[in-house]
Amino acid sequence: MSESVLNSNDRTFKYSATNGIQHEEPLLFEHAHEAPESIHLPGVEGDIPDALAVFSRKIPANIPGLSEPETVRHFVRLSQWNHGIETGFYPLGSCTMKYNPRVNETVARLPGLAHIHPDQPEDTVQGALELLYEVQEWLGEISGLPHVTLQPAAGAHGELAGLMMIRACLDARGEAERRTVLVPDSAHGTNPASAALCGMHTVELKSGADGRIDLDVLKANLNDGTAALMMTNPNTAGAFETDIKEICQLVHDAGGLVYGDGANLNALVGLARPGDMGIDCLHINVHKTFATPHGGGGPGAGPVAVNDTLAAFLPVPRIVKESDNYRLDSTSDASIGSILSTIGQSGVYMRANAYISAFGRQSLHKIAEDAVLNANYILHRLKDVYHVPFEGVCKHECLLTDEIQNKHGVKTLDIAKRLIDLGFHPMTVYFPLIVHGAMLIEPTETESRETLDSFCDAMLEIAAQCEAGNTDALHEAPVKPFRRRLDETQAARKPVLVWPQ
Amino acid sequence: MTIPANLKYTKDHEWVRIDGDIATFGITDHAQEALGDIVFVELPDIDRELEAGEAYAVVESVKAVSDVYSPVAGAVVEVNEELEGEPEKVNTDAFGGGWIAKVKISGDATVELMTDDEYNTFLEE
Repeated sequence: MSESVLNSNDRTFKYSATNGIQHEEPLLFEHAHEAPESIHLPGVEGDIPDALAVFSRKIPANIPGLSEPETVRHFVRLSQWNHGIETGFYPLGSCTMKYNPRVNETVARLPGLAHIHPDQPEDTVQGALELLYEVQEWLGEISGLPHVTLQPAAGAHGELAGLMMIRACLDARGEAERRTVLVPDSAHGTNPASAALCGMHTVELKSGADGRIDLDVLKANLNDGTAALMMTNPNTAGAFETDIKEICQLVHDAGGLVYGDGANLNALVGLARPGDMGIDCLHINVHKTFATPHGGGGPGAGPVAVNDTLAAFLPVPRIVKESDNYRLDSTSDASIGSILSTIGQSGVYMRANAYISAFGRQSLHKIAEDAVLNANYILHRLKDVYHVPFEGVCKHECLLTDEIQNKHGVKTLDIAKRLIDLGFHPMTVYFPLIVHGAMLIEPTETESRETLDSFCDAMLEIAAQCEAGNTDALHEAPVKPFRRRLDETQAARKPVLVWPQ
Repeated sequence: MTIPANLKYTKDHEWVRIDGDIATFGITDHAQEALGDIVFVELPDIDRELEAGEAYAVVESVKAVSDVYSPVAGAVVEVNEELEGEPEKVNTDAFGGGWIAKVKISGDATVELMTDDEYNTFLEE
């Protein structure tokens, strides 16, 4: 263990090593065999009927020639080059990479929940519907927005669904000319993209000097064309929008609605409710706040919670409770319709239900409290060595920049890459866009003080290395993983996406 | 970094060169430096009518995707098609071969424009 120090007396890691057993692995088609070895189809007896012969393959399938164990090893080996939340600390700001408790998986895999079909008769899946209904109720209470749809299959899908409801609401008011969505320049990129997909156009609001929404800028941009303000609170600089009530009031007075991006709900859960702040509509990233898996391509979920103003426009079908029975209800004149072929990604919500139930009404606030405390702990330990663009306490993530390290020719990307050598996933870099050389660090509530300390030690060591003029190691990093610094520029300019046959 | 004296500059770090009724647009050396390696430039359609301050192109770098705003009002008459295959020209020659579009100016409307000296002072602030 060259650089890692395990002190057996105080049982603390300085930082973890990355030099385990790893295998080099070629691409699937670079494996040597010609013919598929794992596929042995029986021959055909007699002639293939003409009716079927038209479907026979005219050109070879070009399946790579791997045996089953080779195939399994291929993917397992690639997975070992990866860094996940179960490998190590993963402080990717704005993404809330919190640990996914095992009990969630146990619940989601119960046969009565895992082996059911969306089209099964309702009376055979009452238990599953009850659990989904519970999630709806929870999310309504946590957000302060009592009407919830579980349909959207991702956060951005939720954004689209929410904006479609806002658009339908404005149309119902006879205000179809309201098609402008105001988006702060610190917003997640999905916000303007969702607005555009919904047939709206966006106007960017320049943030104030403190990284928050500037009330004068907001006022100057509100008019008869305003459909909505789309905002995140706390914002992407990790700062709470302290003027939130006035912001919502201004938008409402101008005839618009307020869309909340729930990406940063982890800072508020159990403590403050977007609905109480004046927000009309909020999507919730259950993979962030409620510890469901971040994907691997899905399935995902981005439920949307709305207030009474928007309730009539929710997608159908909705899960409703009648005495002790649960059923799907599709009767609604004003609904925007279905935005998924089922009522939502059931397995994801079973995990979210398990997570929320584990905390319960009494303890849910501890999620936010510990997340905010952990972020401020890191901020406190690093603030003398790294530049802090916005003064004051942060919420669930802290924002630093590379301004001090710039003097030595070291940039945010170098710091991020060096963290890989020291056993950590890098923080979010160059976001939010309003801060030059941004480093956004979100530890989440699930990390121990020892983990936070080892990360801070690594960050301090990188800064010290920089001050000592030992910058080559930073520019070359990472040197330990199989794949060292990748050429991100060429990967974007000249991507090779298809195996050349 | 030299800031050419024959160009005008905006607070959003675009440059404009005016020859008669034709204006040539690009982003400044400071802008390309801040964005990092440019990997894609989305060019406007020919004949598109632009208002002063309207987003007319998109510059994508390894770090970010940014709108580029038109310093003057006019109709697009030519775009730098070389950027489709060589977006890196914006990095290597921001004030020359990295130009983005040419516009036939219509009317007097412009965003706030600065001289090279004023832009230099703006950068230092």
